[in-house]
Amino acid sequence: MIPALFIGFSLLLLVSGLMVVLHKSPVTSAMFLVVAFCALAGIYILLHAEFIGMVQVIVYAGAIMVLFLFVIMYLNLGHDPEHGATILLRRLIGWIAGALVVLQGAMLFAGRWALGPTSTEAPPLGGNTQALGQLLYSRFLFPFEITSLVLLVAMVGAIVISKGRSTRTPDPIPHAPHAGLQAVLRPGDTVTPPTPPGGGEA
Amino acid sequence: MIPTAWPLAVSAVLFTIGIIGVLVRRNAIVIFMSVELMLNAANLAFVAFGDALKTLDGQVFVFFVMAVAAAEVAVGLAIIVNLFRLRESVFVDEINLLKG
Repeated sequence: MIPALFIGFSLLLLVSGLMVVLHKSPVTSAMFLVVAFCALAGIYILLHAEFIGMVQVIVYAGAIMVLFLFVIMYLNLGHDPEHGATILLRRLIGWIAGALVVLQGAMLFAGRWALGPTSTEAPPLGGNTQALGQLLYSRFLFPFEITSLVLLVAMVGAIVISKGRSTRTPDPIPHAPHAGLQAVLRPGDTVTPPTPPGGGEA
Repeated sequence: MIPTAWPLAVSAVLFTIGIIGVLVRRNAIVIFMSVELMLNAANLAFVAFGDALKTLDGQVFVFFVMAVAAAEVAVGLAIIVNLFRLRESVFVDEINLLKG
């Protein structure tokens, strides 16, 4: 059972990873990357890393992929012309997927998929998450705190970089005296005196 | 029980796919996705060895790698957005600001 699941998840992971690299449209690549991350989460859970598997789904397939898709959308890279046949096919796939979801819910509530415990040994109290948390807050406390600093620096850096230099900031001192302004002017520049607000000279 | 060699083989193949993506593709965003694939291959190797050695240290390292990957993606995508404003393109062949 478990080796078969592992082989299935691995095949899904590798095939969708290849599709990420090979597909022409960036949006489709991103979608295949989501599939790859979810398959990898399944492999993590099979390897007794339940917390990492959940974090993989939440952080990678959730947050990071939303960031990717948002940038693709913002830059308008997903040139995806919709033809008639394609949109019919998509609608068909959508109906099939919706029916599958409803079927899964029905079977779940009917209790058909209650597999029961697969292993005889009981999991330790608190499980993987508690053990990992205790390790993070005792032996790896200093790297853990540094990680928060890394995230803070990345956040500030991303904001500063994406604000960019291309947008000219308005002059912070509109009423600065000319002697101060000429210090930053090169010879040959034309200087237009700033008009005071309200048109006081007129 | 899964033999340790299996996830390591999957990790190696996934890493190779990521390298192929970085080398072959010219879209900066797809290159970033390939880098993510490589990071995940390394994570898989960490988890596999941690499972083989019956220790949680591998999973702790995966946790840190995920935090660094999130930071890297945020900064990298900001750079791509800024580059797109400057050049109207995300294709790395057309970006030669450093004259490399």
